[in-house]
Amino acid sequence: MLAKIRKLIVQVDETRIEMGRPVTPPTRRALAMAVIENPFAGRYEEKLDALIAIGEELGGLLGDKCVAALGIAPGEAQSYGKAAIVGEAGELEHAAAILHPKLGAPLRKAVENGAALVPSAKKRGGLGCAIDVPLGHKDAAFVRSHFDAMEARVSDAPRANEIVVCVVVTDSGRPLPRIGGLQAHEIKGEDGLR
Amino acid sequence: MIEILRVFTHVEDIHHEFGPVAATPLRRGAIGAVLTNPFAGRYVQDILPMMEALQPVGIDMAQQLRAAMDVPVERIESYGKGAIVGANGELEHGALWHVPGGYAMRELLGWKGDRNAYVAGKPGAAPTPAGQTQNALAIVPSTKKVGGPGATLDVPLTHINASYVRGHFDAIEVRVPGAPLPDEIVFFLVMSTGARVHSRVGGLKAEDISKWDGLR
Repeated sequence: MLAKIRKLIVQVDETRIEMGRPVTPPTRRALAMAVIENPFAGRYEEKLDALIAIGEELGGLLGDKCVAALGIAPGEAQSYGKAAIVGEAGELEHAAAILHPKLGAPLRKAVENGAALVPSAKKRGGLGCAIDVPLGHKDAAFVRSHFDAMEARVSDAPRANEIVVCVVVTDSGRPLPRIGGLQAHEIKGEDGLR
Repeated sequence: MIEILRVFTHVEDIHHEFGPVAATPLRRGAIGAVLTNPFAGRYVQDILPMMEALQPVGIDMAQQLRAAMDVPVERIESYGKGAIVGANGELEHGALWHVPGGYAMRELLGWKGDRNAYVAGKPGAAPTPAGQTQNALAIVPSTKKVGGPGATLDVPLTHINASYVRGHFDAIEVRVPGAPLPDEIVFFLVMSTGARVHSRVGGLKAEDISKWDGLR
């Protein structure tokens, strides 16, 4: 492993009833988080290749953890998202280096296909800082029923020299979607949008 | 009476806390079930029927947590439980969890006592065996509070066979984002595979348990 991992966390959130109505089948969202050491904490570094490589590694690791936690075949994944919280001694660009250049390809492999952009969020924060990981349908970004977010947080991270890296994979959209727009069964899934 | 709205599981592997990397990471898990509070918004004198109704919920949650942690029951070394009651409920509603939550985990881990005696508040004399005859002898530590959506709860963890094992004194922060709403309760169970990752403050060690009385 390139990443120095202090903690790995996997959560599954299953909603069975919403506003008094049964959700059938229940919606399920899995969140996998790695608390890693930031190799560039405390200094400006021009080249961020080490973090880019860590992002590639974590895209596969965290994506696989989510799919395993849901107990589904990779192709049954429906939406995804990613996020990072950088500790006080790091900069926002460190989160960007993990999330954007190379994390996506192995994540897409973990969920099969994944024509759509992986929505993302990043911030700097202290211990217990929460971040809302945005979610979108993995094959068509405009599927309105799958616009969602899942809150991610580690009570004792990130320390100043750490980064919390988050990946969310679901097998469903929101619990009771009814605001129209593009439906999942209508998509072509070729251009990543519709 | 029982309406489960959401189930939230959390499993974490702790490799180190800037000390030596553990050969086998410590695995800790929590499960939170969000239920409708049937007593919300008013004072109800007799709430014990819910304690009985929660028994199968506890058993399901204990099994589901063990499965999410993906370890055999023999590897579970410590446990705890808790509840967060939404704003329209009272702390006493959270206390309903003591019997169904605690004994579900103890039975899963090998306890052979009589749950019904405890339900009735008459556990009888504690056994004083010469050696270990069963598991999960220790009381399941707990905490509870009234809180809003996303409130956190620090659930204590102690050794399943002897409460005084110092290396296993721990706590795990749990919460379910968005819950409990005022008319809801979140019940939690937590389990762990061992001592704190860098435990080194002495005291009774698990391998030195000798009384088998649940304490030492």
